[in-house]
Amino acid sequence: MLRRSRIRLTKLIFIMKNKNVKVESFVSKNGNKRRQFLKMSGLAIAGSGLILSCSDDDDFTEPTPDPDPNTFDLGGGDLGVLNYAYALEQLEAEFYTKVVNGSYWSGAAMEEKQILEDLYNHEVNHREFFKAALNANFDAEVVLPESLEFDFSSVDFSNRDSVLSTAKLLEDTGVKAYNGAGKLIETAAYLVIAGKIVSVEARHAAAIRSIIGNDMDDFKLFAGDDIVDPNTGLDGAENPSVIINAAGGFIVTPFTANQLP
Amino acid sequence: MNLIKFLDEFTTENLTKKGASRRDAFSTFSSLGKKAAIAAVPFGMATLSNKAKAATMFQTDNAVGALQLALTLEYLEADFYAKALASGVLSSNAKAEAIYQQISMHESAHVNLLKNTLESLGENPVSEPTFDFTVDGNFDPFNENNSGNEVAYAQLLILAQAFEDTGVRAYKGQAGALMGNDDLLTAALQIHSVEARHASEIRRLRGLEGWITLDNTGIPDLGVAAANEGVEAVYAGEENLIQGGVDVSTLGSGSPFTAEASSQAYDEILTGDEATAIASLFIAS
Repeated sequence: MLRRSRIRLTKLIFIMKNKNVKVESFVSKNGNKRRQFLKMSGLAIAGSGLILSCSDDDDFTEPTPDPDPNTFDLGGGDLGVLNYAYALEQLEAEFYTKVVNGSYWSGAAMEEKQILEDLYNHEVNHREFFKAALNANFDAEVVLPESLEFDFSSVDFSNRDSVLSTAKLLEDTGVKAYNGAGKLIETAAYLVIAGKIVSVEARHAAAIRSIIGNDMDDFKLFAGDDIVDPNTGLDGAENPSVIINAAGGFIVTPFTANQLP
Repeated sequence: MNLIKFLDEFTTENLTKKGASRRDAFSTFSSLGKKAAIAAVPFGMATLSNKAKAATMFQTDNAVGALQLALTLEYLEADFYAKALASGVLSSNAKAEAIYQQISMHESAHVNLLKNTLESLGENPVSEPTFDFTVDGNFDPFNENNSGNEVAYAQLLILAQAFEDTGVRAYKGQAGALMGNDDLLTAALQIHSVEARHASEIRRLRGLEGWITLDNTGIPDLGVAAANEGVEAVYAGEENLIQGGVDVSTLGSGSPFTAEASSQAYDEILTGDEATAIASLFIAS
């Protein structure tokens, strides 16, 4: 762990030398001088790759008290939830961008093609909404970078089953994520907007599940017993830590959610 | 791009203004036939019908009122799907029947969950109204008057769509009233997304998309003024493009930012009054 941090910091300093990056301390809302955020002259935090590609220079010696002082943290309260939602919408938007540029989609039956194109449209719209909302309400340095890097190498975009099963996973996960995050939202207006989005994610999940199914048992898949508890009639709800862990396989750019449950 | 801050858009003054104008628009609908759901009700509640009680008892700025409204809507849905399955109208359509069975199971579970929750809070759950899904004999969704299976089936699907899309909007409208009670809010959100799954599937069963475009109802002229007004009320406001003070169709270019896609990507709320007025169309007593 320590070695990892050191490598990261080394790389960071390397970048700083070349890109004129300032490291500024950030005082969070509750006054704790908890972590440091990067502030670049005129640049958004070029996020992806910054921390990932490690140099092996070993000329950095000072140990760090915080385990990941330079990894972006989503933050707490409304900021944390909005950053979290922005990360999920970036993930979904990137996935469907690859879908509509893939060979399965271009040869798909008309109904499936239309559904996936609609989902692409909606997720890109959601992504840009969170970007705009965050930047209108919070300082740039606490807003999640706009181009998180994802790894969809596990998905075969020429294969129907691969695309649809991933879409199902992402939509069901999105529903659980928003359902679990509602209680963390402090401002009613944000809660209502999260509600406006989560029901569309649930509509997506049902449609994707519906086109996957094609026999008698599958007629109930849109809200199947595997996802909606048949005894309570409740959909899933999970905390950010569970969701981020579940989506971790797709997320390349590291970030933390230390102030979210 | 000039982004107005979220909070500015949601000042009490703005909310009040918006609420008032929507209510004005809505009183036109509610006065059309079914005895005014929203009209001012004098004191002396003892003499009022359940319907009038339902309209006035939901002080939906509090959690209990929100739960009572939710329970009323779940009663309506649970009764509807049970009657639909018992009617035989779906028995020749295995897919539709399977879908209705699954939804029926969920709506009944929601009724139980909400009743138990209210009781655990020390509240008396509102009693189940008597529903009239024929809307004063104008419709025959269960083929009780031998309108024929085809007619009944079409009406069954239209009613289900209207109920599910209403449910999604109504739960969303109550979320704010449940803030501060994490368990209640989370449970309501977990029901809300299930209603949205139902809505998507019923819409697709009718040949529509699973999501709502602008304020398109996707429902043909029903030939009865009050019913047509009711359908319009279910979708009124869904064409909204302003989210948190931002016109989301201006956030980029291309297919994700057309008015159609921008409206599809966000479902809108119904206030407690609006949801109650829609439900009241089907409450006989």
